[in-house]
Amino acid sequence: MWMLEIPPFLPFFIGALIAAISRGALRNVLMVATPIVSALHLWMIPEGIHLQFPFLDYQLTPYRVDKLSLMFGYVFHIAAFIGIIYALHVRDTLQQVAAMLYAGSGLGAVFAGDLLTLFIFWELLAFTSVFLIWARRTQRSYNAGMRYLIIQVLSGVILLIGTLFYVHEKGTLAFSFIGLEGIAGWLIFIAFGIKCAFPIAHNWLTDAYPEATVTGTVFLSAFTTKVAVYALARAYPGTELLVYIGAAMTCFPIFFAVIENDLRRVLAYSLINQVGFMVVGIGIGTALAINGAVSHAFNDVIFKGLLFMSMGAVLHMTGRINGSDLGGLYKTMPKTTVLCIVGAASISAFPLFSGFVSKSMVMSAAVENGYDWIWLMLLFASAGVFHHAGIKIPYFAFFAHDSGIRANDPPNNMLLAMFIAAVLCIAIGVYPSALYALLPYDTGYNPYDATHVLAQTQLLFFSALAFVWLNLKGLYPPELRSTNLDVDWAYRRAFPSAIQSTFSVIWKADHAIRQAFLVKLHQSLAFLARKNKGISNLLSHTYPAGSMVMWVAVILATYLILSFIR
Amino acid sequence: MENNKLPVDNTSFFDKPNNVKRVLHSLYGCCALLLLLDFVIHRHVAHNWENLWGFYPLYGFVGCVILVVVAKWMRTFLMRSEDYYEKGEADSDKMPRGNKNNTELGYHDVDA
Repeated sequence: MWMLEIPPFLPFFIGALIAAISRGALRNVLMVATPIVSALHLWMIPEGIHLQFPFLDYQLTPYRVDKLSLMFGYVFHIAAFIGIIYALHVRDTLQQVAAMLYAGSGLGAVFAGDLLTLFIFWELLAFTSVFLIWARRTQRSYNAGMRYLIIQVLSGVILLIGTLFYVHEKGTLAFSFIGLEGIAGWLIFIAFGIKCAFPIAHNWLTDAYPEATVTGTVFLSAFTTKVAVYALARAYPGTELLVYIGAAMTCFPIFFAVIENDLRRVLAYSLINQVGFMVVGIGIGTALAINGAVSHAFNDVIFKGLLFMSMGAVLHMTGRINGSDLGGLYKTMPKTTVLCIVGAASISAFPLFSGFVSKSMVMSAAVENGYDWIWLMLLFASAGVFHHAGIKIPYFAFFAHDSGIRANDPPNNMLLAMFIAAVLCIAIGVYPSALYALLPYDTGYNPYDATHVLAQTQLLFFSALAFVWLNLKGLYPPELRSTNLDVDWAYRRAFPSAIQSTFSVIWKADHAIRQAFLVKLHQSLAFLARKNKGISNLLSHTYPAGSMVMWVAVILATYLILSFIR
Repeated sequence: MENNKLPVDNTSFFDKPNNVKRVLHSLYGCCALLLLLDFVIHRHVAHNWENLWGFYPLYGFVGCVILVVVAKWMRTFLMRSEDYYEKGEADSDKMPRGNKNNTELGYHDVDA
C-alpha cells in the first residue's frame, strides 16, 4: 500500500513548484494530474489524526481528517481540478503558481487540527490569492488587491491574537468547538467573520473578486469563503447569533446585485447571499442544518464556479462584462449560454439541480426550529437569488437587446471545465444520495417530496413572472454604467477624506503654533541680547564670536603643551 | 480582444417576436398550472402560512417586485459615475505596468 500519509496541501505546493519551472504541454499535464493524484490519495485516507508533533509545550496537528474536513477536502479538489482545466490556456506563470499555492493553502486550512496551523494557512490563503488579482496588471486591480490583502491580513492577525488568548484560557491549541465565550471566542469569531464576508466586513469580496483575472476569479470564488464556512462549522455550530448574521447576509446583497452593472460583481454579491444560507445552517446547529450548510458549501463551490466561468468566458471573448455593454450573445456563444443557464438553475435551486438538494435542508431546519422570520427571509432571498443570479446574469449577458457583439464560444479547455461543473450540478441534483453519503450526519433527509418540489417551483416561476411583468411594464431598472456605493465607500472615500481634512486642520494649527513660538523666541533672544549689551560690551551679540573661538584654541593648545611636558 | 462586429442578422430565435411570445405564453401557462396544483397536491406543512392558498406564488411575486422597487430606489442615493473612485485614487505613478491608455469607460482588461 502507498499509505504514506501526505497532507493534501503538499501535492499542490509541489505542483506549484512544477508549474513554476515547467512550460507548455508538460506543465499542463502535470498541473491537471496534481488534483487527481491528490484526490485519489485523500480518498484512501481513513479518518483520524495523521500528523502530529510537539511544538514548544503544545501539540501541533497539521493533518487531521474527519467527515467535516473531508467534505471540504473533496470539493476543494474538484474546484482545483475544474479551475486548472479552465486556466490551461493561460501562459502567465505567476497565475498558475499562485492558483496552485492558493488551492493548497485552502486544503491545508481545512485539514488543520490546531489553531496555529490554521493561522498559517489562513494567511497563506491571503498572500497567494492576491496575486490572482494583481495578475490583471491594471491600476484598478492593483488597488483592489491591496485593499483585499490588508483586510485579509487583518483577519489573520485577529485570528492570531484570538489564538493566543485561547491558549491562555484553555491551555491547548486544538481546533475544535470554541463558542462565543471570553475574548478568545469573540476574536476568533470576528476573524472568521471577516473571511466569511459578514455584513459590513463583506466588501473586500465584492471589491476584489471582479477585479481579478478571468481565471483567477474562478479560483477565488471557491476557497476563501468556504474555508471560513468550514471554520465556523467546526468552531461555532449552534451559535444563535450566526442565524441572524446569516439571514442578513442572504438578504442585503440581492438589492445591490439587482442594480450592479458588472456581471461578475453581481455574482460576487450572490456569493455572499449563498454563504448566508450556510451561515444560517451553522447557526441553527442541528444535524440537518449542519448537513445543509456543508452540502450547500459543496454545491456552491461548483455552481458558483460554473457561473464565474461562464462570465469569465464572456469577458475573455468580448473584453466586456458590464450588463449595459452585453446582450444577444446566445447567437454566437450557444454552448456558454446553455452552461451558464445550468449554473443559474443550480444557484436558484430548481428541482433536479444541485442547489435544491442542499438549500432546502437549511430552509427545513429553519422552519422546524421555530425561526419563522428567518425562514421568511430565506424564502425572500431564494426568490431574490433567482431574480439576480438566475435570470439577470444569463438575460443581460446572452439575451436582452442585441449588443451587436459577435464573439465565439471560448477555447475548448474553458468549455470542458464548464461542462464538468455543469454535469456535476445536474448529477448531484438528480442523485443527491451520493452527496448525502459524504455528509457528517445521517438524517435520512429526502428533498424530493411533493411539498418541497411544488413550493420551490411555485416560488421560482412566480419570481420569473415578476421579472417578466416588471420588464414589460418598463419598471425594471436598466443596466447603467455606474459605481454603487457600499461599505467600501467608508474606507475608500469617507475615511481618507476625513483623514485628509483632519490632517490639514492639524497641519494648519501646527504651523500657527510653530510660528507663534518662533516669534516669541526671537523676541526673548532680542530682549536678552539687549540686556547683555547693557551689562558689558564683551557680552554683546555684536561682539565677534571669532574671539571666543580663538581663546578656546589657546586654552586647548595650552593643554596640549602641558601634556607633552608631563 | 477586439469584438468582431458582423452585420446583425435577424434570423435568430429571439429576434422573431412570435418566438418571444411563445416563450412568455408557456411561462404564463406553467404559472397557472402550478397555481392549480395547489388544489390537487396535499402539502404536509411545517408552518401555518403554508396553508394559505397561493402562499408561495404570491410571496415569490410580491417579494421580487419589492426587491426591484427598493433596489431601484437605492440607486437614487448609491449610484455614482463609473470612475467615481478612480478620481480619488489618482496615484497612477504606482502603476505596476502598462495599460494607461485604456481609459475608455466600460473597458475591461483581459489577461492573456
